[in-house]
Amino acid sequence: MRKLTSRIMSGPYIIWMIIFTVIPLGLIVYNGFTNSAGNFTLDNVAAIADPVNAKPLLLSFEMSLIVTGVCLILAFPLALILSKYSKNKNSFIVMIFILPMWMNFMLRTLAWRLILLNNGFLNQWLTTIGLDPIYLMNTKTAIVLGTAYDYFPFMVLPIYNAISKIDKDVICAAQDLGATGMRIITKIIMPLSLPGVISGITMVLVPSMSEFVIADMLGGGKVYLIGNVIEQSFNSGYADVHMGSGLSLSLMVFIIISMIIYRIFDKGEEADGVW
Amino acid sequence: MVNKVKHFFEKFYLVLIIIILYMPIAVLIVSSFNASEKNKAKWGGFSIAAYGKLFKDELIMDALYTTLLLAGGAAIIATVLGTLVCIGMIGMKKKMRSVIMGVTNVPLLNADIVTGIALMLLFTRFTELSFTTMLISHITLIIPYVVLSVQPKVLQMNMSTYEAALDLGASPAYAVCKVIIPEIMPGILSGFLLAFTMSLDDFSVTYFTKAPGIHTMSTMINAEYRKGIQTEIYALSTIVFLIVLIVLFIINRRSAAADRKEAAVQ
Repeated sequence: MRKLTSRIMSGPYIIWMIIFTVIPLGLIVYNGFTNSAGNFTLDNVAAIADPVNAKPLLLSFEMSLIVTGVCLILAFPLALILSKYSKNKNSFIVMIFILPMWMNFMLRTLAWRLILLNNGFLNQWLTTIGLDPIYLMNTKTAIVLGTAYDYFPFMVLPIYNAISKIDKDVICAAQDLGATGMRIITKIIMPLSLPGVISGITMVLVPSMSEFVIADMLGGGKVYLIGNVIEQSFNSGYADVHMGSGLSLSLMVFIIISMIIYRIFDKGEEADGVW
Repeated sequence: MVNKVKHFFEKFYLVLIIIILYMPIAVLIVSSFNASEKNKAKWGGFSIAAYGKLFKDELIMDALYTTLLLAGGAAIIATVLGTLVCIGMIGMKKKMRSVIMGVTNVPLLNADIVTGIALMLLFTRFTELSFTTMLISHITLIIPYVVLSVQPKVLQMNMSTYEAALDLGASPAYAVCKVIIPEIMPGILSGFLLAFTMSLDDFSVTYFTKAPGIHTMSTMINAEYRKGIQTEIYALSTIVFLIVLIVLFIINRRSAAADRKEAAVQ
C-alpha cells in the first residue's frame, strides 16, 4: 500500500523528467551524430576542432575563467565579512547583497550598456572629473564586466552559507593556540569553506561559458563566443541543426566535467544548493 | 588600533560592493526620469512621460502579461509536481532516490542554451511552438529549484508523526495532507518563490522555445532595446525594482520573525 502511494506521488515527476529532460538530450545526441540524410557521422562533433568553432570555444573558456576568477576574488572577502556581521541568511544585510539578483537579467545587462556606451554614463563621469574617456563598449572587458555582475550573487551565496556553517569553536580554539587572523583564514576558513567555493565556481563557470546574449548586447557582435556560434546554427540563414547539436555536445563535455566535480564535493542528499 | 583599521576596511569593502551592485540599477532609474531621448547620460530635465507611455505601450504590456502568466502557471505546476515527488521519495530505496536527484540536477547544471535547444528539438519534431511549449519549458527549467527547496525539509521531518497518523487510522492521503504538507510548508513556499523568479528571469530557454509573435519581458527587451521604446523599458525597470524591493522586504520580515520564533523555542 505504502509503496503504491509513493509510486503515484512520484510518477508524474518521473514521467515529466523523462519526456522533457532525458528525451530532448537524447535528441541532441542523435542530431549531433547524424547528418541531414540521417546517417551516422562524427563530422558535427569533430567540427569543434575547426578553427571557426575552436576559437570561440577557447575564447568562451578564457572569458568564463576570468569572470569566475573576478567573482571569486570579490566574493570571498565579502562572504567572510558578511558572515561576521550576520548570523543567518535572512538578515537584512545579506538581503541587500542578494536583491540586485532579483532584477530581470536583461534589464541588468541593459544597464551596463547604458554605462559603457561610448557616450554613456562612465565616460560622462570620467570627463566630469577631468579624465580621458575610455571606450569599453564592444570589447571583451565589457562582456566580462556584465557577466561577472550578473553571476556575482551565485558566487557569494554558497560561500557565505559554507562559512556561516563553520563551527565557531574551531576558530576560537585556533585563536587560543595562538593563530593569527591571516592564519585562521588560510588554514581553517578556506579549507572548510571549500565545498561552498566549489559550488560557487560551478554556478558561475557553466552559465558564463555558454552565454550568448550578454556578448550580443555588450559585445555588439564583435566578440563571438561559442554560445553565439551555437545560437547562429539554429537561428540564422545558415541554420544547421546537426552542426549546432554537435557543438552543443562539445560544450556539454565541459558541463559534465563540472557536474562530476560538483557531485564529488556535494556529499549528502540535503545539499541546499544556492540557498 | 589594529582592530579599528580592520573594521574600517571591512565596512569600506561592504560599501564599495554595494555601490557596484546598485550603480547599474540607479542608472536605469535615473534614465527613466531623464527627458532627453537621445543620450541618457546627459541630463535633459526631469520627466515622467515615460511612465505614462509605458502603460499605453501594447508591446510592453503584452510581454508583461505573458511573463507573469507564464511564471505563475509554471511555478504552480512545478511546485505541485516537485512537492509530490519529494514526499514520494520517502518510501523509496536510496538508489532510486539518488537516480531521481541526479536527473533533477540536469536542468540545473546544464547550460540554459542547451536546455533550450534540446526542448526546441523535441517540440519542433512532434508539434509546433506555442504558449504551451513555453510553459512546458519553463516548468522543466524551474522544477529542480522546487525539489531542492522541499527535499531538505522532507528529510528533516520526523517520520514518527506520519506513522502515528497511519496507526491511528488516517489514510495515507489524509496523513500526507494533514501531517506532512504543513511540516514542509516553508520549503514549498520558498521553492515556489524561487521557481517563480527563475521563470521571470529566464531568457535563453524562452528564446529557443517561444512561438513567433509571443514575447516575454526578456525576449521583448532583447528584440527592442536598440529601437525607440528605450525610455519606457527604463521606466519598467524602475517599477520592477520597486516591486522586488517590497516583496523581498516582506519575505525578509516574515522569515526573520520565523527565525526568532525558532530560536525562542530552542
